[in-house]
Amino acid sequence: MSWVGRRLPRYEDPVLLRGDGRYVADLARGALAMRFVRSPVARGTIRRVTAPAGARVITAADLTDVKPLCPRLLRPDFVPIAQPVLAAGRVTYVGEPIAAVIAGSAAEAEDLAEQVEVEIDPETPVVTLDQALAPGAPLVHDAAKNNTVIDTGLDAGEVDAAFAAAAQVVEFTFVSRRQSAMPLEARAALAAFDRSTGRVTLSISAQAPHMVRTGVADALGMPESELRVIAPDVGGGFGQKVPTIPEHIVAVWVARRFRCAVAWIEDRLENLTASFHARDQRLKLCGAFAADGRLLAVDADILCNIGAYGNMPVTAALEPLMATTELPGPYDLRAYRVRSRGITTNTCPMAPYRGVSRPVITTAMERLMDTAAARLGLDPLDIRRRNLISSFPHHSLTGMVQDAGSYREAMEEAAVMIDLPAFRARQQAARAEGRYLGIGFSVFAERTGYGTPTFSARKMEVTPGWERVELAMDASGNVEARIGASPHGQGLKTTLAQLLADEIGVEPARIRVVSGDTDRTPYGWGTFASRAAVIAGGACKLAGIKLRERLAEVAAQTLEAAASDIEISDGRVVVRGTDLAVGVPELARAAYHQSHRFPAIAETGLSAVATYDPGGTFSNACHVAIVEVDPATGGVRIERFAIVEDAGVLINPTIVEGQIHGGVAQGIANALYEQVVYDDAGNILTGSLADYLVPTMAEIPDLEIHHLETITDASITGVKGVGEGGAIGAPGAVLNAVVDALRPFGVELFEMPVTPQRILELVQNRVAPP
Amino acid sequence: MSDKIAVSLTVNGESRRVTVEPRRTLGDALREDCGLTGTHLGCEHGVCGACTVLVDDAPVRSCLMFAVQAEGARIRTVEGLADGDTLHPLQQAFWDHHGLQCGFCTPGFLMLAVGILEGNPDIGEAELREALSSNLCRCTGYQNILKSVLAAAAAMRR
Repeated sequence: MSWVGRRLPRYEDPVLLRGDGRYVADLARGALAMRFVRSPVARGTIRRVTAPAGARVITAADLTDVKPLCPRLLRPDFVPIAQPVLAAGRVTYVGEPIAAVIAGSAAEAEDLAEQVEVEIDPETPVVTLDQALAPGAPLVHDAAKNNTVIDTGLDAGEVDAAFAAAAQVVEFTFVSRRQSAMPLEARAALAAFDRSTGRVTLSISAQAPHMVRTGVADALGMPESELRVIAPDVGGGFGQKVPTIPEHIVAVWVARRFRCAVAWIEDRLENLTASFHARDQRLKLCGAFAADGRLLAVDADILCNIGAYGNMPVTAALEPLMATTELPGPYDLRAYRVRSRGITTNTCPMAPYRGVSRPVITTAMERLMDTAAARLGLDPLDIRRRNLISSFPHHSLTGMVQDAGSYREAMEEAAVMIDLPAFRARQQAARAEGRYLGIGFSVFAERTGYGTPTFSARKMEVTPGWERVELAMDASGNVEARIGASPHGQGLKTTLAQLLADEIGVEPARIRVVSGDTDRTPYGWGTFASRAAVIAGGACKLAGIKLRERLAEVAAQTLEAAASDIEISDGRVVVRGTDLAVGVPELARAAYHQSHRFPAIAETGLSAVATYDPGGTFSNACHVAIVEVDPATGGVRIERFAIVEDAGVLINPTIVEGQIHGGVAQGIANALYEQVVYDDAGNILTGSLADYLVPTMAEIPDLEIHHLETITDASITGVKGVGEGGAIGAPGAVLNAVVDALRPFGVELFEMPVTPQRILELVQNRVAPP
Repeated sequence: MSDKIAVSLTVNGESRRVTVEPRRTLGDALREDCGLTGTHLGCEHGVCGACTVLVDDAPVRSCLMFAVQAEGARIRTVEGLADGDTLHPLQQAFWDHHGLQCGFCTPGFLMLAVGILEGNPDIGEAELREALSSNLCRCTGYQNILKSVLAAAAAMRR
């Protein structure tokens, strides 16, 4: 029986459940503490920084040998912006690090940081898209004319002709307010200088330790070999912990300069105000529809507020580029014009956040479909049936190749799960009682598991993509799998152990997956973009096949049989059609201690290395929400939430469902609750979890999940990525359901989050017909 | 802030005497002075609940209580839940039902749930959902946490 497909409990869990997990802060005892003094002003010139007497305070003046962070795209429409590691001369957002205070304890460092006097001549900041784009607006960076760091687009197909021929044109502006990934463990860095080797070990709460090692070494002008980066247990990340950040660089600089161990443990205020944000986007969307609901063309103008700087190495262009390419999503679009811009402002920078722009563009497209359906008198399912991609592979206008999926089947199945006719009857009955129920569908394509063939189209100076895996079976028959990918809570070690168990032929309990240590693992790119199960998994499969072949050589020699007759599973080796058998541990022992008998594996022993670098594969899903809206309070209650998801082969369905659960909760949060709010001066008003409203168990419903399993040849394991889909699909389903509930009031809704106050404003002075 | 105060408390059945600044929170004292890093600090302003421990059997946010306020108190933390190799029924249920992902909020949820179930072993699902909404989790969407605690409640009643 295959290990892939089983709902195995996670190997990661017992340690975490006992409180024996080791997150960065747990490793920091005995280290000096570092506290950052951050700008209280969104824009201005630093006149003076005065440290309290005797305090050890680092400013830009000390870091003359440190290069700024300058993430680049190698394309002419991108303006690179260099970010000093500590603010030098100018401050450009509230929360920007100006100085680092080093002290014996966190409390002492915080006390001293409060005594550092920073004198800044403040200037009126540019906070919003409108302010940044106003004629004559002050420039956040001189190099970025019109405050624009990327201005890109596409014009494909006969767009004007399609609009001229349209039976219905739907046009609106969709706004997504700014959000935070809000991992429960904030960011952290512990840099420890080793006097015996001269090296520094940097332990960080991170998703991409190898990339951080390169980023820090580049900034400090040191060889990577002098730096070891460790990502121990990581308390969530969701994209926020991908980049190399100034705090990493200062920590390593301090450790080297003072030959010490120093720890920066970010607090929640810093995390909400001075870590990365996402999803601050405004789209003008215009759709041309035929009378039967066929979407003839889309014309989109997309603006992304990318904050004051980019992020290393992803750049600030991530959201605009993602939006440009992926807006058509699951729909067969033949004419598409888009202009997409990244606009810099005096606000906190952006980083990837689960879904990257797709939660916004998917919600906008799903609102487009429902709005057009209402105007054309069509059912929301019918309009989607006319437009969903149904033949594969599908070559999109934006250059994507969408492999086999089940866009249409997922939606039909979801409608059955939710029993749409029964709901419509119930909705009618409820309205008669003055209760407002609504249903919303959201269909999407999630590009996952893409390597350099896809990333290279973005022209990143640092182009991520492949993953490498090194396998070594020891003399007791246990396997160590060293992976370049670095999980941050997903259960990747269990997932890969199950996959490897089938390929090698040993139980998963015998496989130890090692990750998150640049001294112990091959270079790799990390966990982001729904890639680890597909790409690290693919590399595991390739390496597992090689190791199994090598094991079979040893078995064939030992059992005096042909290698092709050897069968290995769950640690037992048999010769097909005979009763000859031996255990994997005996073979492993022989391979090490009687190696002269096995010349065929003299070069490798029982080890194998493989790399996988695919072009990518598309998961798909349909989300359906049923909500009840109370027009008296503006409150939204989610009554049911159903999902039909197609992620191809499921290695561990329980882990896959966990990813969907968490993603949907974040998507619901995006739709209804969370927003980072700035005032006119560029101060953040949502600096605590009492203000930035992360939903609790009382708000998030239990989800009903059904799996489809389309087998793709775009992924050698048949696995499609699934990490981001929940967050991508959920907001559209919730918003469409809220609009459906409020249909008697004639309410339109093109924004998120939609808070109770906003719903009250919308229904005010509108009376539902009896 | 240098005038330190000696505090005696019982942590997971062991007597401890720590000498702390008056401003030291219980959470920091457990982590820094007792070396019990299983209690996690998620927000340090009393909202997320990751730092929840039991103080005289009541769930308490250890970031909102000073260590000196715990003088003479009986503290239980996640490190005290398992009995040797045998996990506490709540730990076992979280493992069985995928009630955790990154694990950072997990000790707080476990201690909150222990407090709830010890206080009311027959708690109903709706009331339990309300009580567990005290704490935040960013990974699981809560569904499997609720499932885990319901399963543990059933196991603990047996």
